Amino acid sequence: MMKYYLEFEKPIEALELKIEELKRISDGKDINLSGEVKKLEKKVKDLRTEIFSGLTPWQKTLLARHPDRPYTLDYIPLIAEDFIELHGDRRFADDKSIVGGIGRIKDTPVMIIGHQKGRGTKERIRRNFGQPNPEGYRKALRLMELAEKFKRPVITLIDTPGAFPGIGAEERGQAEAIAVNLMQMSRLRVPIIAVVIGEGGSGGALALSVADRLYMLEHSIYSVISPEGCAAILWRKNGDFTSEDFSKAADALKLTAQDLLSYKIIDEIIPEPVGGAHRNIEQTARSISDRILDTLEDLRAKTPGKLVEERYKRLKKIGSFVGEG
Amino acid sequence: MAWFKKSKELKTDKKVKIPEGLWVKCDSCKEIIYKKEIDRNLKVCPKCNYHFRISARERIKLLVDEGSFTEIDATLASNDPLKFRDKIPYKERLEENRRKSGLAEASISGEALIEGHPVMIVIMDFSFMGGSMGSVVGEKVVRAAEAALEAKKPLIIVSSSGGARMQEGIFSLMQMARVAAAIARLNDNGILYISILADPTFGGVTASFAMLGDIILAEPKSLIGFAGPRVIEQTIKQQLPEDFQRAEFLLDHGLIDGIIDRKDIKKTVSKIIELLA
Ligand SMILES: [Zn+2]
Repeated sequence: MMKYYLEFEKPIEALELKIEELKRISDGKDINLSGEVKKLEKKVKDLRTEIFSGLTPWQKTLLARHPDRPYTLDYIPLIAEDFIELHGDRRFADDKSIVGGIGRIKDTPVMIIGHQKGRGTKERIRRNFGQPNPEGYRKALRLMELAEKFKRPVITLIDTPGAFPGIGAEERGQAEAIAVNLMQMSRLRVPIIAVVIGEGGSGGALALSVADRLYMLEHSIYSVISPEGCAAILWRKNGDFTSEDFSKAADALKLTAQDLLSYKIIDEIIPEPVGGAHRNIEQTARSISDRILDTLEDLRAKTPGKLVEERYKRLKKIGSFVGEG
Repeated sequence: MAWFKKSKELKTDKKVKIPEGLWVKCDSCKEIIYKKEIDRNLKVCPKCNYHFRISARERIKLLVDEGSFTEIDATLASNDPLKFRDKIPYKERLEENRRKSGLAEASISGEALIEGHPVMIVIMDFSFMGGSMGSVVGEKVVRAAEAALEAKKPLIIVSSSGGARMQEGIFSLMQMARVAAAIARLNDNGILYISILADPTFGGVTASFAMLGDIILAEPKSLIGFAGPRVIEQTIKQQLPEDFQRAEFLLDHGLIDGIIDRKDIKKTVSKIIELLA
């Protein structure tokens, strides 16, 4: 399968192509190049470790949007058994950029809801590039309330560029749909665990991530605005923006998992395999489900009233200001 | 054709320039109107009923009983958690906005009486960084909501905002969840919350407390939405409908309870309180 390499991964690509070539040459012949291959494999591993331990915020943004990056529906079969997808908001439509359903993680039945991007042009369009309309948020809320009714924890996977900016979205109350999710999630009487797996794009991401615990994958991002949007506002100019502009904006926004952990806005970072989640999706999925299981164990003992109270206190702490009333 | 159009525009331009400050052009109907006439009319266009943007202080005068307003949380100030700089550092931008607007932040909150009814109010002011919501605006809403809950008084919020404040990054975004959670507690305890939308109300403010009112009212012709019209146009590459995202459009689509003229707002809010609270 053809792999997709980002610009900063090009040195890795070159080495990996060389390894493949050496393997091809030695295949079925007497010449033994395995020593050479081993040396190169070590080199590529070191190089990958080096590159991925020093990614800039903009590089992380690109990695969070990597076309091979696993999406919600890639993870679900790996973290849950007996998954049954549930469709529609019962009012208008089934928004395909948010998926959800019931399943079992180890022995615990849960509701899993996540943004869904598509792979390949046709699927990307069908999933609206992971940008929900109001009916997506209303479907998510319907499923969360279903989970509450049957006392099942809610797991959300966050991965969206943002809520869709369209005429229909406005006509059907995009802002209201997001606002109501924020409000209802804050008072939902079952545990909510949210994991940012890729792009946490503004209000459209927040509408699924009011939670008792918020985690981020190592190379995921979460921001009030995209670096592109930020650059457009800051440096209004004629002509095209360069990746330097976006890089500067990404730096300024402090959008990496590491930034958010330092601000105590997230609880923990879930490590990714070297090279990113897509390099070993099974391993990433295991890390996610381990974290979910530990957290469920933690939250299980709390009464619904205590859960909601603590969730409110968590939110109340987030703010940065001086002065007293 | 082109020449004709141009000369016509020039003529209009000349008209606008006569005595600076005495005349204003209506944002909605584009008529040139005598400023005093607009001031006398509560800053409402006498030709088309467009409600001009007014300051938070002016709004308080319109909304509450004279002398009844006591401000709370007046000293809360942003402290630049991201060390953000755009063309200038965020701290300087805050200073500049304080000087320009005479306000400490993009909202004023406090307690007041509306036709004798005790209420908590939060009033946003678009002239301070586009009424954007950062930590302070969020905190003021949370505190006003908690005070309303504590004292069992209705909460009234007048919104006018471009959305979340980019310069505070993720802290701004998270305010949306905080304020929504504070409103949830009013709901759980039967406290009335009336949300009034003024021109313009967008983004993270619309998608949090502004659309969560038990009753949602808007001023005529106000622009209200989630995504800005320019972003939508660029995304879908279509022209937007005539009254798109105007208060009348929202009313038509079932998103707000009513459109109320500025002169009637106090009376209307008072009546709602009598009927519900
Ligand atoms: Zn007018």
